[in-house]
Formats: sequence, structure tokens, C-alpha cells
Amino acid sequence: MKAFLLFKDKDLDPKQILMQRERKPRAWETDEKLSLKQFLPWNEEALTKDLGLDILLSKMADGDNFLYETGKIIVLSSLTDAETILYRQGILNDCMTNEQLVRDLYRLLIDAIEKEKASHWWGLFSSPSSILHESLDKLKMFTEMLRKLRDYAEQNEEKFASEGFIKLFKTLRQELNDEYLSVIEEHFRQLEFEDGVLINAELGRGNKGTNYILNRPYEDKRNWFDRLMQKKLPGYTFEVSPRDEAGSRALYELRNQGLNLVANALAQSADHVLNFFHALRTELAFYIGCLNLRLHLAELNEQVCFPVPVKCGERMMSFTGLYDVNLALSAEKKVVSNNLHAIDKILFIITGANTGGKSTFLRSIGISQLMMQAGMFVPAESFKAEVHESIITHFKREEDTAMESGKFDEELSRMNEIVNNIKPGSIILLNESFAATNEREGSEIAKQITKALIESRIKVIFVTHQYEFAHGFFEKKMPDAIFLRAERLEDGTRSFRVLEGEPLQTSYGEDLYEKIFNQSLEKSSYQTQVQSSSKE
Amino acid sequence: MSFISILFDKKSEQLKAQNAESPPFFIDLNLDQVVDAIASKWSEYNLNPFFYLSLNTVDSIHYRHEVFKDLENELVYEHVKFFAEEMQKVKNYLKLVEKLYYQHQKEIWFLYAVEIYCETIKKFSGDLNSVQLKSRGLVSFKDYLQNYIKSKHFTSYYNEVKKLNEELAKIKYRIIIQNNSFTVQNYEPGINYSDEIEKTFQKFKQGAVKDYRIKYDSTPEYMNPIEAQILNFVAQLNSGLFSKLENFYKENAAFIDETIEVYDREIHFYIAYLEHIEKFKQSGLKFCYPVISETTPKGTGKEIYNYEGFDLALANKLNELSSVSNGKQARQTGNGKQVVCNDFYLEGEERIIVITGPNQGGKTTFARVFGQIHYLASLGCPVPGSKAQLFHFDNIFTQFERSEKVENLRGKLEDDLTRIYSILEQATSRSIIIMNEIFNSTTIQDVSFLSTRLMERILELDTLCVWVTFVDELASFNEKTVSMTSNIVPDNPALRTFKIVRRQADGLAYALAIAEKYRLTYSSLKNRIMQ
Repeated sequence: MKAFLLFKDKDLDPKQILMQRERKPRAWETDEKLSLKQFLPWNEEALTKDLGLDILLSKMADGDNFLYETGKIIVLSSLTDAETILYRQGILNDCMTNEQLVRDLYRLLIDAIEKEKASHWWGLFSSPSSILHESLDKLKMFTEMLRKLRDYAEQNEEKFASEGFIKLFKTLRQELNDEYLSVIEEHFRQLEFEDGVLINAELGRGNKGTNYILNRPYEDKRNWFDRLMQKKLPGYTFEVSPRDEAGSRALYELRNQGLNLVANALAQSADHVLNFFHALRTELAFYIGCLNLRLHLAELNEQVCFPVPVKCGERMMSFTGLYDVNLALSAEKKVVSNNLHAIDKILFIITGANTGGKSTFLRSIGISQLMMQAGMFVPAESFKAEVHESIITHFKREEDTAMESGKFDEELSRMNEIVNNIKPGSIILLNESFAATNEREGSEIAKQITKALIESRIKVIFVTHQYEFAHGFFEKKMPDAIFLRAERLEDGTRSFRVLEGEPLQTSYGEDLYEKIFNQSLEKSSYQTQVQSSSKE
Repeated sequence: MSFISILFDKKSEQLKAQNAESPPFFIDLNLDQVVDAIASKWSEYNLNPFFYLSLNTVDSIHYRHEVFKDLENELVYEHVKFFAEEMQKVKNYLKLVEKLYYQHQKEIWFLYAVEIYCETIKKFSGDLNSVQLKSRGLVSFKDYLQNYIKSKHFTSYYNEVKKLNEELAKIKYRIIIQNNSFTVQNYEPGINYSDEIEKTFQKFKQGAVKDYRIKYDSTPEYMNPIEAQILNFVAQLNSGLFSKLENFYKENAAFIDETIEVYDREIHFYIAYLEHIEKFKQSGLKFCYPVISETTPKGTGKEIYNYEGFDLALANKLNELSSVSNGKQARQTGNGKQVVCNDFYLEGEERIIVITGPNQGGKTTFARVFGQIHYLASLGCPVPGSKAQLFHFDNIFTQFERSEKVENLRGKLEDDLTRIYSILEQATSRSIIIMNEIFNSTTIQDVSFLSTRLMERILELDTLCVWVTFVDELASFNEKTVSMTSNIVPDNPALRTFKIVRRQADGLAYALAIAEKYRLTYSSLKNRIMQ
């Protein structure tokens, strides 16, 4: 039984690493095998940092670390097929329509998991019989939960329309039917071994007993041991005196050895059921995160929409009302949005005024692209874009205090790593890259890199103030290039809108200098932007 | 040729070895350390007596050389070693049988011992047939084994072992445990309940889960009283088979062939020696089979040589040090000390090596090496060195300065002289005498006088001799004496090279080096002054 809420045919976390991380909160710090990295793309750190994803993920998590981690994995592990994107959109849409019901389901799963955790007590001194009894208790509890799960499916099935949920509920109904549950309960009765145990064995090395196999007790509950004896099989019986402590202990050990395999099977079964609950919970957790995010955005009166994914290669970048979701969430205000309609474009060069909203614009495209390729809604009125092979960022690192030459070296080294990993069909967002040198050299390098990238069918969105580079491409009059500019109004103020426009020679740094030094406005660019945007 | 022994070509020598004791020169030459290092690991074979007995004839030495050379063939060695290890198992099992408490346990472990014994011998016989052997020892042992495995004695119990084992392996039974009692019955098929459980919950499986099986002490030789009781019941249910097993145990107590048992002990002389020297070989040190020269009626045959020889006891110490300190190559130890190799040769009339030179320069070690190498050669072993011709001596005598407390100088000198007198009484022209800093407890005049007298006596005997002394004039006594000196590193007189080389003992080597260091030699001074 699988959840199949994230993929039609596979699990998010087949090895249940996320559960292990949750159950052993400190172990993953030292255990490589529990590292989140194995789920994440090679450039997750750059993506998280450049696009400011922590804000988005925290709002999805609402303080729940498990939601944070599942959210992080799914947002960063972009889907590359439109079909799965639409599959998730369907499920997410169901969740949005039945928000309370879905949250109830999530609660039910959490309950089962937490109860199991609370009953976990075997440790160093465990024996097969203690493992057997504890597993039995757990399975009894789980069986109740499974019954509830099945009842939930029966009662609510009709309210859900997506392929994923319909399949899940059908599975639950069929696999957990009454007949099956009664088989389980019959086992529970027999596993008490009220009449003793029957073990088959062989002579092993040194004439020592080995291969102890416990036989299934007979269904007929009337004293089957008496019946066995009546068959008059030759046999020898030994009674251990209650005062013979060593003998009693040895007999108990022997019984334990007989129970060993059954106890193991039972404990593993309990694990399997727990893992099933957990798999379901893990996959649902992503949608709970999305529901949380939507609530936060609704509070800010920000809209979301389901994006339209277009096959990779169909050059499409078209949106209305696109805003930077992180900016909105951190400012807790509605922010400036942008529109763009770019068809058959592979190169986007964005120039214009400093702190004019270029970076914000670039980030909003990156985040929305990621959200779309995770199967989420996006922060826009409408959004239609290609599904890319991978989403890559190369942003100027302002915090670098290294000398100029070192900084440029660092930039190129990062670019080198990108080139090691990038595939055709990807999208790369560059923000003021290769500018840590003089403009001529920087422009030349930027030009060469950009040219190579677009010729490899990689969509390039490049924010730059390097006029020579931007203008150079403009002059070529390529049909598949588009030039955008941060808007600057007549009076020198910025609207933080990005519009189509030819690269201009100056970036209006002079204005900004004037503004900051002569009018002593607040220095944080985010705050400046928010103030301006709230005037709208 | 019928098989006598893998170590001795004559039965009489083998008998002598039984009571051999450590020769008196062992401690002076550090041979006690060498033998300990070789044999201690194999104490259960009691190898020491073999190392205490020099072989009487050159042919006996060659007999061992042949076996050693066969064993240097990796394949042969592997087979021999395998046999030795399996025989060890047989012995361990028999020891276990002694210790075990329950009868049915004793019987089964005895059966295992015999089984290994039979299979090993059969395999070893085949193995020896499959390789090319040249040594008289191994070839005749191979023949012995071939006859042995064909004997009725061997085949009959080998077959019985196989049959018993097969039947025991088939035994199945079942145990019913109820409260405080258990019942043992013959086997009847049932449904494996753990499979049932697994099937029932299979549908929830998401991936691999933990293994919850408790590991039980599976030491097959341990059995608790309940297990023993169950075994008793199983034996009663299968009484025919178990009484056969019982008879087998009672009737075959002495199943190990005596000749094979003796071989097993004696072959360890070779194994122990080869394994010991292997680590030195690994680090680049060399071993060789010496040519053994015997004295001729004319008194010649004392031309000897050894190149790149070294002290096996010291090498072992340095090896242990280095493996403890930094695991570097054995030649290079933690404190920078190396195993230093030295050469020596005596030609024509040369008989006596007189060693002089700075202290702590390897003089004593050199004297020991001379003795060790000769002694090891007399055991028929490969000796340290790349190439050697050594003398087949009748005895070695040593007189080493001991650093023991001396209350009475006069008493000490007297002891020395008494001891030397006794050496000269016993020594023959076929003996080797090694002396190290004797007569130190008296005045220089006394030493000169006594040494000269002693030298005359030794020359008269025509004995091979190594003599470490500070009396320079002994080094150039006559054409029968050879002077060798220890040396220092010229740039740093505090450093010794530990090289002992043939050089005139002029007492100058040391001073000269210091002079050169300060550019005070004749030629240096001339240049300096001229400028």
C-alpha cells in the first residue's frame, strides 16, 4: 500500500529518512545516511540563499520542523514533467476545497505515529517475548487506527475529485476491509500462546539444537496439546522443578529462541504499518504546508493561482500580477507586482536603476518557477511557463569581503561548478554576475558565457548594470532576446516595476547617491521598496 | 627411502634432540633472544630443543636446506601450512572433548576431530602429489602418506565418520513447551508461523526495516542443562544411530598416526623459522643458504665469507620498535636506527678478526653476528646475508665482558683467566672462539701481556676467532690476524655508522674525522694557511 500523493508511481522517501530524522532528532547531525542532502539538488544552498527560500519554507512549516523539511525537499526537487505537476495541482486543489477534512486526516496519521512513539520502551534487555508482547500491543493500537482510516475513506471519498485522492481512498477501502481486519484479530488471539508453543528443530553443530521454527497453533482451540499426545507419538517429557532456577531460566531461553522469528516478524510488521502511516503523513505534509502558505498570503490579500506548465522547449514566460512572495511574507504587506508576456524568448536581459526592483523581479521569477515545478500554486494572477530541466542561480555575493581579484575568481569558480552540472533545457538566473572586475573584461566574459549558454538551449535571465554587455546583445537584434528595464519615473523616483526597454547607459546611481546622502532616507533597500510599493 | 623424520636424516640425531639443552654461548650471542622470538609463538610444539642441537654432518645440514628450499615454493608452503593448521584444529577439538561434560557432546566433537584429521591427511597427500618436491624429507613423507591413506585402518574409520555425520545431519525433532515442562518428539511438518505473520502484514511494507531477531549465543560447544536434556531425548528417539556414535568414540581413541604426529611437530621448525625471517625479508634484508666448508686434513677450508649479514636479535628488536612507533619500514625505526649490514671474509691463512675502534660503534654486534650466522648455519637454516660460505665448526666458545658488579678486581681477572683456560683446553682447530673486551679489569700493561699470550695460544690452535679489544697492536699481530674497525660519521663524530670494515687500526680514524670537521687536517690547514 502506497500513498502516491506526490508521484503517480513512487514514494517521496522510500527509505523513510525523514521519519528517522524526526525520531532521532540529533542523530542526523553526525550520521551521513540521515542527511537531507541526499534529497536535494547539488545547488540547493545557492538556490536557498539567492532566492531567500527560508522565508517561504518557514511560512509553510509554521514552526513544525517536519513540515519544513518535507517542504524544503519538494520545493527544491523540481519536477521536470508537466503531467506530475498537474497531478499534484489536482491533489492540492482538493486540499484547498476540503481544507478541514484534510487537516483532520493529517491529525489522524500524527495520532497513530505519536501513540506508537509513546509505547516504545524496549531497550537493552529485550527478549523475543518482550518484543512479541510490545509489538502485539502496537499492532492492536494500529489496527484501531487503520479502521478509522478506512472509515474516513468511506465517508469522505465523494468530496474529492483528484486522481491521487480517489486512488488512495479506494486502496484504503479495499485493503482494509472487514475480512482482512478479522484475520489480523485472529492472529492477535493466537499470539497469546495460551496453550504453550510447538517448535520444530534440527541437530546443528556440536549436536546443539538449531533452526528453531515456531509452528502455527491449531485453529481448533480445544486443547490441541491433548490431541497431540493422544496420537501416541513416541516422546519424552521433562518437568523442570520450580526450585531449579538455572533450569527454568534455560527453558525460558529456549522458548524465547523458539519465539525469535515470530517476534521479529511481528515487530517488523508493526514497523511496516508505522511506516505506512508515516509515508502517508510525509506526502500529505507537503500539502499541509501549501495550505499554511495560502492562509498567510490570504491574510495579506495576496492572490495565488495554479500555473500552466508548458513543455520544455516551448519558449514561454507569461505572467500577470507576479510578485515576490518572500518580500510579501517578510514585509507582511502586499507588494508590487509585474506583468510579462514573452514568447519564444531564450535570453532576458534586465537593466536599469539601482534598487529599482531588478533583483526582486528576478527572484520572483525564480521562486515561481520553483513553486510551479513543485506542483504548487504560484504568487501571481496568472502564470504560464516552460518546465525546465533544472533551475539554477548565479548571484553576486555581496557579503564577500575578499579582494576584487579573489571575488572574481570566486564567481568564476561557482560558474565552473554550474557548468559541470547544468543540462540543456535548464533556466539560469544571473544577478550582477562577473561584475567584480572592470566593465570591459566583465562584459566580455558575461557575453561569452551567455552566448554559450543560450546556444546550449539554456534560458538565461540576466540582471546586469554592465552596459557594454547588455547593449552588445541589444545591437544584435536577436529575435529570441528580450530587454527589460527597471522603471524610473520622470522625477527620478522608482516604481519598482520592470518594463520592456532598451538598456541605458547609466544606472542612475547618481540619483540614488543624492537621495541617500542628501535626504538621509532609511538605508535598507527592502524597506525602501516596501514604502514605495504601499503607496500604490 | 623410508621416512625417518622431516628434520633429521638419521634416527640417532632425532633422539639426541629430545634432551638437547641451550648451549653455553647462547646468551653471549643473544641466540636465546633469537630462538625465543622464533619459537615462542609455537610453544605447543616445543621447538626449542631443535634449536639447541647443531647438526653433526654437512649432509644433515643439506637435508634441511632441501626442505627449506621446497618450502620456499609458495604453493608447497601453503599446503604444508594448511595441514599444520588443520592438525591444530584436530588437537583443539580433542582438548575440547576432554573438557566437555555431556557424553553426547564429547562424542560429536570427537567425531569432528577424526573427520578433520581424515580429510586433512587425504587432502595433504593429494596436495603433495600435485607439486614438485626435491627434498629427500618431503618426498619420503609424501610416500609415507600415500601408503597411509591406502591402509585399511585409515579407510575404514574415514568411511564410518562420513556415514555418521550424514545421518546426524538428517535428524529433526520437535519440542513442545508448556509452562514448566517440555516434551521432545519426532519431527512432524507444521506451518512456519513467522511466515504467516509476515504475509498478513506484507501490504504495509514501504521498505526495509530493522532486524529484531535477538542474537543467541551460537557457540556450538556450549550447552545448557536443558539443551543437554533435549539432546538426551533426541538420542533416545534415535537410539540406533547414537549407539553407533558411542562405539566409535570408545574404539578409536588413538586415531592419530605417530609418525604424522612427529612430522607435525618437526615441520614447525621450518614454519617458525621461515615466518620469522619473512618480515625481515619484507623490509629488504637478505638471507641465503651458506656453503658449508669443512676442514681438510691439511688444515685448509677455513676460508669463509658473509656479505650483508646482520644481527637477527637486534633486527627483531628494531622491527618491533618500528612497528610500534610508526609502522614504517623495518629497516628504518622511529629513532632513526637502522639494521646495519656488515661483511666479513677470511682468506688464505687468515684466522682471527681483531676489532677495534670507537665504542658504541657496533663492535659487539659484529662479533655476535659472526657467531649467530655460524650457529644458524649449523642448524641447517638460511642465514642473514646475501652470500655466505661458513665453517662447519665443532663448538663455539664465547667470553664476553659482563657489566655485572665487581667487588674484587682481582677476582674478576681470575675468573676471566679461568674461563679462558677452560676454553683453550676444550677448543680444537675446528672450533670458533669469540671474545669481547676481556681483561678490562686490569692495567693496560697486564692486558697487553695477557692478550699477547692468549693470541699466541689461539694461533697455535689454528682456531677461527673474533676478538673485540682496545689493544690496537693485536690487530696487526701477524698475517693470520685481520684488523677491522668501527667507524664514525666524519662530519659528526657523535654519530656512528655501525659499519665494521677492514682497516688498519691506527687509533686515528676517530681523531681524523674530528680534525676534518674543523678543517684541521694537514691538507686543510695547508690551504688555509696559504691563503
